[in-house]
Amino acid sequence: MSATIEPSIRSRPVYGTLAATDAPAHLMVADADGGAALLELTAAMAPAALMRAEILYVPLASTADHSEALRALDCPGFHSSPSIDALIPRLARSIERMKMGTQIYLAGSETLIGRAMQVAMQAGIDHQAIQTEHRGSLARRMQCVHCKGITENVTTQPADCAHCGLLLLVRDHYSRRYAAFQGVNINAEDPSDVPEKEELFP
Amino acid sequence: MSLHGAINVVVTDVVTVNPLIKRFHFARADGEYLPAFSGGAHIIVEMQDGDMRRRTPYSLMSSPLDTQDYQISIRRDDEGRGGSLFMHREVRRGMKMRIGMPANLFALDQRANKHLMFAGGIGITPFLAQTAQLMARGGEFELHYGVRNRELGAYVDELEQRLASRLHVYRDDKGEQIDFDRLLSSQAPGTHVYVCGPAPMIEHVVARAAALGWPAEHVHFEHFAKAPAGEPFTVELRASGLTVEVSAEQTMLEAIEAAGVDAPYLCRGGACGQCETRVLACDGELQHADHWLDDDEHASNEKVMPCVSRFRGNTLVLDR
Repeated sequence: MSATIEPSIRSRPVYGTLAATDAPAHLMVADADGGAALLELTAAMAPAALMRAEILYVPLASTADHSEALRALDCPGFHSSPSIDALIPRLARSIERMKMGTQIYLAGSETLIGRAMQVAMQAGIDHQAIQTEHRGSLARRMQCVHCKGITENVTTQPADCAHCGLLLLVRDHYSRRYAAFQGVNINAEDPSDVPEKEELFP
Repeated sequence: MSLHGAINVVVTDVVTVNPLIKRFHFARADGEYLPAFSGGAHIIVEMQDGDMRRRTPYSLMSSPLDTQDYQISIRRDDEGRGGSLFMHREVRRGMKMRIGMPANLFALDQRANKHLMFAGGIGITPFLAQTAQLMARGGEFELHYGVRNRELGAYVDELEQRLASRLHVYRDDKGEQIDFDRLLSSQAPGTHVYVCGPAPMIEHVVARAAALGWPAEHVHFEHFAKAPAGEPFTVELRASGLTVEVSAEQTMLEAIEAAGVDAPYLCRGGACGQCETRVLACDGELQHADHWLDDDEHASNEKVMPCVSRFRGNTLVLDR
């Protein structure tokens, strides 16, 4: 199940629970544990609706791989990608081919949800029109506000910028445009003051 | 009594467009340019009709790229409160009038990859401004315009020239109908839909878009409620310590303003929410005509939009 996300500032994304709509078509995107959310969603859908669904999935081979169960749904479109990076162009093409009225569902890690939403927004879809459900890791995709570099899979607070090396406070402040939490240098006044790292985003 | 950002204007032209519609041109009395606006904006026109002062919203139809004048088109309504009849009968070139600052409750969503527009009858007016804006600044769109017949199809010739293949005209007298379902089902992602026309047309498009999976954020409609005429009634304004008579052809808001109370408003069409007023006591029936309050709020008798809604009964007390 999903790790708890505490209420925070307004820009910190909040997620819901996927619920099937009467939309004429459905585009479902998930990674790892998000696959289980898609299985719950599709279990509540009529077979006819599943015939108008496309599923894009990024399994995590070691711990969370729902590929077989998702493939067994027999939707007309099922595609498995080895990574989120590999998924993005595939998703962009699927969105380009869909018609207005298709419901988009995103489930899994915050990184998957954020990056898929970024693609949908670039295609002109309002972010509020997209259903989301968080499952699995709380690891954050972080943008260093100083060098603008993106560091993936940040689990600690504070965290090192993988680009410029500054020690960053990982803020709840989130950019939908960059699909990243913002990291701000935590010891600018005194770089010798190095706070201990905590595993805050397991 | 204030007209927000009142602008003194001169009527520079009155043009008969067809048997039902006249177009009015306003320029600033001091010869300066009028304020900038965006396609879909409206202005409030103040009409001094004998003792009665009416203020009614109309969509700006002229190009947002040319603010030497503002143009509005008004369809004559023989059943209404008389504002359109006043404009049709009394307003002439050279007359001095006052209008309010433009405000936009029907703006183009600039994130859209494409704008899909549906107009019915006089609902064409905001689209005249929006399409001029899109033609000048770029942006994909198509305009589907339903008219009764060629004679009553306002601006069809002008639009055909300006928009060419982007315009699709449907004539009732030839049995032509806009195929809303087909159009709504075949749009690329990132399309936004806009509708302005008779209430049943707006309701139909909003309902079909929802049924076909369109998110509400992509569906835009101009829905000025028409303030109906009705029975005269009395309203007590508790905060002002006044009791005001609302005549049959006056809106509650106009009567409140006529009594010297400066009440808030923006659209004067029951759409924007600015004039929402608390009801302190109500012995009778509030006749809600707005699109702002929801059904529960309408039933609660605790709030009213005095720009369009009326009252029938013994006592109405407002927190104003």
